[in-house]
Amino acid sequence: MRLLALDTSNEAMSVAVLDNDRLLAQTTINHERTHSEQLLPTIDDLVAASGLQPEDLDKIIVADGPGSYTGIRIAVTTGKTLAYTLNIALVGVSSLEVLAANITDTKAMIVPIMNARRNNVFTGVYQWDKGQLINVVTDRHVPLTLLLTELTTLRQPVIFVGSDAAMFRGQIIEALGGLAHFAPDWLNLPQALRLGQLGKDLPPVSVYDFVPRYLRLTEAENNWLKAHPGKGHDVYVEKV
Amino acid sequence: MAARELILAFESSCDETSVAVVENGNKILSNIIATQIKSHQRFGGVVPEVASRHHVEQITLVTDAALKEAGVTYTDLTAVAVTYGPGLVGALLIGVTAAKTIAYAHHLPLIPVNHMAGHIYAARFVKPLTYPLLALAVSGGHTELVYMKAAGEFEIIGDTRDDAAGEAYDKVGRILGIPYPAGKEVDRLAHLGHDTFHFPRAMDKEDNLDFSFSGLKSAVINTVHHADQIGETLSREDLAASFQAAVVDVLVHKTQKALTNYPVKQLIVAGGVAANQGLKEAMNEALAVHFPDVDVIVPPLRLTGDNGAMIGAAAHIELAKRHLASENLNADPGLSFAHA
Ligand SMILES: [Zn+2]
Repeated sequence: MRLLALDTSNEAMSVAVLDNDRLLAQTTINHERTHSEQLLPTIDDLVAASGLQPEDLDKIIVADGPGSYTGIRIAVTTGKTLAYTLNIALVGVSSLEVLAANITDTKAMIVPIMNARRNNVFTGVYQWDKGQLINVVTDRHVPLTLLLTELTTLRQPVIFVGSDAAMFRGQIIEALGGLAHFAPDWLNLPQALRLGQLGKDLPPVSVYDFVPRYLRLTEAENNWLKAHPGKGHDVYVEKV
Repeated sequence: MAARELILAFESSCDETSVAVVENGNKILSNIIATQIKSHQRFGGVVPEVASRHHVEQITLVTDAALKEAGVTYTDLTAVAVTYGPGLVGALLIGVTAAKTIAYAHHLPLIPVNHMAGHIYAARFVKPLTYPLLALAVSGGHTELVYMKAAGEFEIIGDTRDDAAGEAYDKVGRILGIPYPAGKEVDRLAHLGHDTFHFPRAMDKEDNLDFSFSGLKSAVINTVHHADQIGETLSREDLAASFQAAVVDVLVHKTQKALTNYPVKQLIVAGGVAANQGLKEAMNEALAVHFPDVDVIVPPLRLTGDNGAMIGAAAHIELAKRHLASENLNADPGLSFAHA
């Protein structure tokens, strides 16, 4: 089974082509250029470097969020369009899980961190169990202080992962002291190989319904829902 | 090249997700439009992040519907086209990303299209175009007089200095208590009232082809506020009629001035505001008297708003010129024709 894995959730972009568990090609770019410009050329290069044509692919695996709203839309739109147009399988994997999967051989709690501004983070808690990475606390958008309070009560070692973890280092150490550990820099970048492995055996989803996991409503929608309680499930887009 | 040229065209620059299949640049095989108007009505205007989210929800559904309705498969397609600007960057990116991906997957050329060129080329579904021609492109974001020396060549000869005409409609609509988008309802009210307020016709007397609508908008707002303060209620119909008369007067006069400076045989009225009855009537009336030889083309309602078919029509010209994009095509939210 030929897999294409895509992650453009944050500044770094990672793309890989796999043949089942075996990596055929991978590129990770950690340089400020827009994902919109570089994602498709990278896919084209890697598929060609793997000796394949796009129609040889069997499954697309997308890191579907959370992350930068524009970033996750690029990977999700590319992934769902490719899966739809080639009539192949599509799955989504949490972008936080992809980061957590960089940390192996540990029983400690793994906490991927993405900056969500105003001292909020996108985060979850992951742990390895019998070779499986388990999401023990669901991914969410949360104030950093609340996350740290919760982690403190658990009194267990925690490994923070993700490029954004560094900017919260001071607050994290203040709360957790010696229980806090930080992944080395090279493990803070998403690797599409890991993404591919995580998504390989997941059941395919509907290409039509596939959307990013933003984990947050827009501010406009939030304000509107506050002013209009009980509404919110109406259909707002219509074919004309 | 095969006699039958089929272009799959994407449009997602604002609050409509649309995909069309266009044959030979002048025949619509399908033109699916999913509009988000109801969603943005909640907020009184288009919220860019909400628009981007809706485009992702819709893009595959709309693409599939367009291909099915046209009854074509990928092997039948000649090329894929997409609006890459101007517009909302996050919204544009969804169409650009989907179009690039389909072009890549099926080894098809990718044609980047300027959204305003699309609006103008919607006229191609009405009749063949003869160059040189003039276009008045009026929408929520644009008010431009465009001179086309030849197919696919666009020069701005007149532009708005501030608000676009459609933008003024929405702002005045808000004052009159009309939900976004206000154009249609203001137009309807205007036909029930009279121009009693004589609002200013900005830049009408100036010797250029440019527009300005912010002064007019302020004049309407001040008039209503002043009446509120002294406890007077003004006729909404007369306010709408007076506002519309001022907009239409300026649009028609500047177009006439443009026709004098640039003698052409065809005038295209393009963009969302082209659906305005008051504008159509006044333009046809004025030109029948002063420019009887100029043929005025106003595309039908479904083609004046944002849609994929117009992008397919403009793409047909770009394809003939081999103006193609590579896989690194990005959205260009500020894309514009060159000024003359
Ligand atoms: Zn438009």
